[in-house]
Amino acid sequence: MTTEPDSSADAAEPRGAATATAPPQDPPPAGGPTVAAASKPRVGTADLIFKNLTRTAGFGLLALIAVIAIFLVLRATHALNANTGNFLTTEEWFPNASPPKFGVAATLYGTVVSAAVAMIIAVPVAVGIALFITVYAPRQLSSVLGYIVDLLAAVPSVVYGLWGLIVLAPHMKGIQLWLNDYFGWIPLFSADSVGRSLFVASVVLAIMILPIVAALSREVFLQVPIAHREAALALGATRWEMIRTAVLPYGKPGVISASMLGLGRAMGETIAVALVLPASFNISAHLLSPAGNTIAANVANGWGEANDIGRGALIASGLVLFIVTMIVNIIARAIVARRREFSGSSA
Amino acid sequence: MATRIDVTGLTAYYGKFKAVADVNLSIEPKNVTAFIGPSGCGKSTVLRTLNRMHEVLPGARVEGKVLLDGEDLYGAGTDPVNVRRTVGMVFQRPNPFPTMSIYENVIAGLKLNGVRKKALLDERVEESLRGANLWEEVKDRLGRPGAGLSGGQQQRLCIARAIAVEPQVLLMDEPCSALDPISTLAIEDLITKLKSSFTIVIVTHNMQQASRVSDATAFFSLEKTGDPGRLVEFDKTSKIFSNPTEKRTEDYVSGRFG
Repeated sequence: MTTEPDSSADAAEPRGAATATAPPQDPPPAGGPTVAAASKPRVGTADLIFKNLTRTAGFGLLALIAVIAIFLVLRATHALNANTGNFLTTEEWFPNASPPKFGVAATLYGTVVSAAVAMIIAVPVAVGIALFITVYAPRQLSSVLGYIVDLLAAVPSVVYGLWGLIVLAPHMKGIQLWLNDYFGWIPLFSADSVGRSLFVASVVLAIMILPIVAALSREVFLQVPIAHREAALALGATRWEMIRTAVLPYGKPGVISASMLGLGRAMGETIAVALVLPASFNISAHLLSPAGNTIAANVANGWGEANDIGRGALIASGLVLFIVTMIVNIIARAIVARRREFSGSSA
Repeated sequence: MATRIDVTGLTAYYGKFKAVADVNLSIEPKNVTAFIGPSGCGKSTVLRTLNRMHEVLPGARVEGKVLLDGEDLYGAGTDPVNVRRTVGMVFQRPNPFPTMSIYENVIAGLKLNGVRKKALLDERVEESLRGANLWEEVKDRLGRPGAGLSGGQQQRLCIARAIAVEPQVLLMDEPCSALDPISTLAIEDLITKLKSSFTIVIVTHNMQQASRVSDATAFFSLEKTGDPGRLVEFDKTSKIFSNPTEKRTEDYVSGRFG
């Protein structure tokens, strides 16, 4: 949306201002307000403009989400009606065949698992980076590192994805074999062969989201009041105890928000994942096996050659991604809100 | 368990800036010692050197000796973490941990010391909150957030948190400057009560407060901005406020300067 700066407060009233009860445009009296003027609520044109701008933005956002949802539902319906499989449970994807048979189960599974594993890898590392920069590093190093992390966060994640793909993924075989050797007794890490697996996709995703989660977490930890850090230190806390007592609890809601942003990126990430995964449509609990697909990667792979039903099917899977993202965010909000009065925002 | 403190030749720096120079004083056990003086004279700095909180700030360092019952706080083998467990501190602005309940705030220090037994913790919470004259006001809502209390209650909660670990010395850095007169009175009563168990050092801008609560008073001052602060006079509070030796002390306590 365009936000033209109001050139002058007495300019012609823009849209929206007319809806509110516009007060007479008397400029504030120069010689100090009289009692009568002071008792009247003073609502300037600039206030009205700003109020309506923010209101428009707020409702606009809600409307946008609603429109996206409606669009997805409308475009998906005819494909879903033509589907001969169960859309939620079928582990196949033949929407272009006749009769079409497809289900989102495998791609949804791949999306959720790869994003979750990426989070498990990336969030602790990101929090560690943020803690090092804000608590441990000497002042000069800390400002340099902070600057670098912010810079890295601004680089589009696909760049990291490509690096992960081209440089890292070929070297993943050893790590996967090692995991299989030593942790193979856990079904998650057992595999007949290793290769372009969900695990590799997860590592690439983790690299992609690491900078943004680290940068946001650093910002969060910087907000911890020095008074709380000193309170912990004065009680005889070591640096790590101070982090546990004052920094982490205070920063938790922010770190959760940062992680959600990272999770959103991980679930929506397309190209890098599409290039890693072999695009198979079966659910496998074995993370290291060369198998798997994600919703976003499937859309990228399938859109070009899809017919009408095929596109509808892909849009339907997009709708599922939309809903899952929303559910994840609602859960995160709930976690943050659970102890809101302990959040420190009231202090 | 109260302890005497001997400061000799103490000089404190913030980076290259010399904040306080050559301070010598002896703080008696189970006494209240007040640090007074104009802003920037280094009284808070000196206070923070007594539990090695000064060096928490980047670039800050200390020269000289601080002996706690004869043991040098700045000795080679002394761990600042242990010093701070012996010398508790209350800050200018109440700073209870906002993420913790009243109960959790009081036991925060105990948990750092590895105390886990529920019965013992319960006992110490009540003891400390009673010690801080806060128990009656909060005993029915120990699970509520500490940040939800009034400013004066928060400050007493911070005092409870500090005394829960049973330190030997309690440092207070202008503990009433953010409080209303009623809460200030409550804290002053508390200080009088606490000195039977702790050696207390309090920094205050309020000279009436110094004369009301303290046994000994140290007056700090500085020649001009940029100069290091110096200890001008240190004596019994009654002497400082009625018949000080130094002209500058007299000017300050009588309100002619500062």
